[in-house]
Amino acid sequence: MNLSVTDLCLTVDGVDHLKNVTATFRPGRLHTVIGRTMAGKTTLLRALAGLQKVDSGSLTRAGADFLKTPVWRRDTAMVYQQFINYPHLNVFGNVAFPLKRAGLSRDEIQRRVRQSLASVGLADFEKRKPSQLSGGQQQRVAMARALARGTGILLLDEPLANLDYKLREQLRDEFKALFSDQGDTIVIYTTTEPAEAMMLGDVVLVMHEGRILQTGTPQEVFERPATTTVASIINDPPMNIFAGRLEGGQVTVAGFQATHVSAHLADQPDGAYQFGLRATDVSLASSGVEGEVTFVEISGSETFVHVVVGETPFVVQIEGIHDVALGDLVKLRLRPDRLFAFDEQGTLVRTPSYALASVEGC
Amino acid sequence: MAQLDIVDVGHAYAPGAEEERWALKPLNLTFESGKTYALVGPSGCGKTTLLNILSGLVRPSQGRVLFDGVDVTALPTKARNIAQVFQFPVIYKSMTVYENLAFPLQCRRWDKARIDAKVRQVAEALDLHDRLRQPARGLTADDKQLISLGRGLVRDDVAAVLMDEPLTVIDPQLKHSLRRKIREITEQFRPTVIYVTHDQYEAMSFAQELLVMKDGRAVQQGTPEQLFEAPSSTYVGYFIGSPAMNFLTVDRNDGPFALGGQPLSVAWDIPQSTTEVQVGVRPEYVKIVTDPGPNTFPGRLRGVSDHGAQRVLEVEVAGQPVRAKTPREEGVPVSEEVLVHLPRARALPYADGKLILRS
Repeated sequence: MNLSVTDLCLTVDGVDHLKNVTATFRPGRLHTVIGRTMAGKTTLLRALAGLQKVDSGSLTRAGADFLKTPVWRRDTAMVYQQFINYPHLNVFGNVAFPLKRAGLSRDEIQRRVRQSLASVGLADFEKRKPSQLSGGQQQRVAMARALARGTGILLLDEPLANLDYKLREQLRDEFKALFSDQGDTIVIYTTTEPAEAMMLGDVVLVMHEGRILQTGTPQEVFERPATTTVASIINDPPMNIFAGRLEGGQVTVAGFQATHVSAHLADQPDGAYQFGLRATDVSLASSGVEGEVTFVEISGSETFVHVVVGETPFVVQIEGIHDVALGDLVKLRLRPDRLFAFDEQGTLVRTPSYALASVEGC
Repeated sequence: MAQLDIVDVGHAYAPGAEEERWALKPLNLTFESGKTYALVGPSGCGKTTLLNILSGLVRPSQGRVLFDGVDVTALPTKARNIAQVFQFPVIYKSMTVYENLAFPLQCRRWDKARIDAKVRQVAEALDLHDRLRQPARGLTADDKQLISLGRGLVRDDVAAVLMDEPLTVIDPQLKHSLRRKIREITEQFRPTVIYVTHDQYEAMSFAQELLVMKDGRAVQQGTPEQLFEAPSSTYVGYFIGSPAMNFLTVDRNDGPFALGGQPLSVAWDIPQSTTEVQVGVRPEYVKIVTDPGPNTFPGRLRGVSDHGAQRVLEVEVAGQPVRAKTPREEGVPVSEEVLVHLPRARALPYADGKLILRS
């Protein structure tokens, strides 16, 4: 029973929150919706849950008009970024709450609560109150409550956003196993983090300013980003995008003396392009274009060095943790064989050769 | 700016508690003048207690706090000449941006021209110079937080700037730019900064040195690079870096170390008497190779996690899990049987959870 979304639109004070959103969500699949804050992710989930009215468009499930289905019949559970639990109930009571409301038998409630608490690793915490739990444990309780209901649709709105990195890392791994076990449930999971979208998603939907820009497998979206905006959103740090010219397979970047030969671009027509290069495909080297270090940040086990060459900002990703001083002059080596080529409007025209086969019909 | 020394300082919130239960176990630390430090660790590790002892909000159960050699243990916060930035911006809502920044200087009876020059210099650095006449209450949370920081920086006699999770209420999109701004400013004005955060990556991006705390103890102090390359305990190996460091239990039967019956060559020597030894290797240094060789062990591929530009391969070697981080273009091994190389120079020895010194 697919959940189909067609041309969903919502405008608030002249700003598009949802703009012609069209998507098909399938049972047994985990769909990750990635986008920056304010991209429309939460609005989309709320519209699916029936908590948000839309201006136009349709929602259908198994042929029925889902927009006309009241919230309580939508067979949907939702987990929020800010974990919500009933403070006066213990963990068991929190998970059992919706089941009691649904009028299930005592035995059935006990069976479901125990099972879902075990699946989130909280089997021994039944008697605790939420205030006696850490943030990660509280979010697990919220998750267990959603799972215990066994709804056909499970909506997760940035469930890891308020947790610290180590916990996020751990829960990401746990979620992966947990969700692969959910049978025919449609799972929709929003996130701002590319790695999370890639790791968890069977299908990735890239959202920006209320629109869905691209839908595909993690590999398709990562290796064949449809536009410069997608390339920027699906990479962390965002892909380096810069303007340049291509002539006979030679790339010239504005403000750079050097030209680069990119064999995979040899049969592209000459002209102006936008080029994309991942932070992992730029390195600090003993020769190359010179730039100034403007910022250094560390994420996980990587160092992101922000460098400005003339007017063009670049991010360089180095493995491991390194000390690079702000204001240093450094030389950058760009890997010409790793260039993505986009047209001037930002539409992908050619990928590096290691990526999935080049875009058809371009 | 001052050097801050913590001499045998310990603290128990419940008087008479045995030392094992103290929020902060007795310790000695030095925070050098003009350097930036971050205190990191899980909640309840003692980092906020330590910060509050430095600011004077908490009087330690034992030990002394020295600012440039002067004992300030008994002094209240206002006599310590420190600037504080809290989770929530603290601004004077009825004042303009300019007045907010000038206020601490007026309190210190600086003359007008000197105040003006200093306020403008700091406002320039904070990118608030074009909004000096605006009422402070209309600003966004991140700009208000910059004012809180700016009020500390205008006083060039301030002993230290203490920050407690200053980015908590900031929108994720703006965190990056505010973090950058704070770092630029501290590089320019060189105050002694002690920064508390639960976010280890924020800490590493910001501070020259980190102090990792756990259960009321300082586990390791060092530069981000030192913590990454040579974690002093398995805890730091787990806490710093993503994914965490791998730890493999190795055997030694009167001879060289071995993993799954095959010799493991290491760059260190440790006493025979050491009971159980674990070898720590970062996932970044574990290599999946095609040819057998020294320190190369048969493994079984258990899982692949696609992170984008990198993949994390989960491999089992001698019955133990090992993670290897590989660049995307290397692809995924075609066979479940793989060869795992642990570079000699990157394998560190741990016993009882502690790094045993290399010889």
